[in-house]
Amino acid sequence: MGRIVVEVMPKPEILDPQGKAVMGNLPRLGFDQFTGVRQGRRFELTVDGPVTDAHLAAAAEAAEKLLSNPIIEDVVSVTADPADGADAAPNPEEA
Amino acid sequence: MTRIGVITFPGTLDDVDAARAVRLAGAEPVSLWHKDADIHGVDAVVVPGGFSYGDYLRCGAIARFAPVMDEVIAAAGRGMPVLGICNGFQILTEAHLLPGALIRNNHQKFICREQRLRVESTTTAWTNLFEDDEEIVVPLKNGEGNFIASPAELDRLEGEGLVVFRYLDNPNGSARDIAGVRNARGNVVGLMPHPEHAVEPGFGPDSAAGARQGVDGLRLFQSAISALVGA
Repeated sequence: MGRIVVEVMPKPEILDPQGKAVMGNLPRLGFDQFTGVRQGRRFELTVDGPVTDAHLAAAAEAAEKLLSNPIIEDVVSVTADPADGADAAPNPEEA
Repeated sequence: MTRIGVITFPGTLDDVDAARAVRLAGAEPVSLWHKDADIHGVDAVVVPGGFSYGDYLRCGAIARFAPVMDEVIAAAGRGMPVLGICNGFQILTEAHLLPGALIRNNHQKFICREQRLRVESTTTAWTNLFEDDEEIVVPLKNGEGNFIASPAELDRLEGEGLVVFRYLDNPNGSARDIAGVRNARGNVVGLMPHPEHAVEPGFGPDSAAGARQGVDGLRLFQSAISALVGA
């Protein structure tokens, strides 16, 4: 089984209330060295067998069509998870 | 009689209230199911509020791909009146029938209250019975009602007169106090507050007429009937 990891983040200029709430609480726990928190999402898509370029291309399309809303979010990366022993296929987002 | 469809997705909450509003306005409500691949010849569609498919991915993101939405999107393109309320508004933005997006309220809290709005556009299928700049009160209840778009897109919306409702006291951080928007043609309108909860004396917000007497929401539904009958 291969695994593809898709990471989506709110666009930098978009208010991230969840990140702000987390940031507000870090100093209370003694973590006063951080100046900001942005909270995004990580999706893990699994496929039968090793991850192929076609799988990655489909994942990139799914990421743009459903997993993110391009008005408020950026698809940061679409990558095969090397921890699953899959071939280190190139990332179409970086190609 | 004018037939107005009301869609039910798994997790929809306000479909029955929306159907009741349609009936009180003088049209026949028609229940539409999310798996229906057609809209049964209705004259207009209301996409009601709730938490479609649990809103687990993003509000409205999964509902936008429901079978019934293909036909709603096609009908909207032909000029059919479509109203999105709350989660329905979120669904219509995800479907790109309306501009912008809705994110979590700036204060991170769910908010439920009677909300004052100013009607900014009366040349739509859903607001033609209002006066320009009229102030109305309808209930509001949401956790992700914070309207957002890029500054350039916001300038375009303002410049082209696509803002339909503006908050008089912004409850959630929405950009430029925007509570509702329209498409260029004016047949598709979306708003976060709930007009379907202000349609019958005794069950709406407080008004000058007394406690729970507010019925400002009814005119959205009457406007659609008026637009269809006049068309």
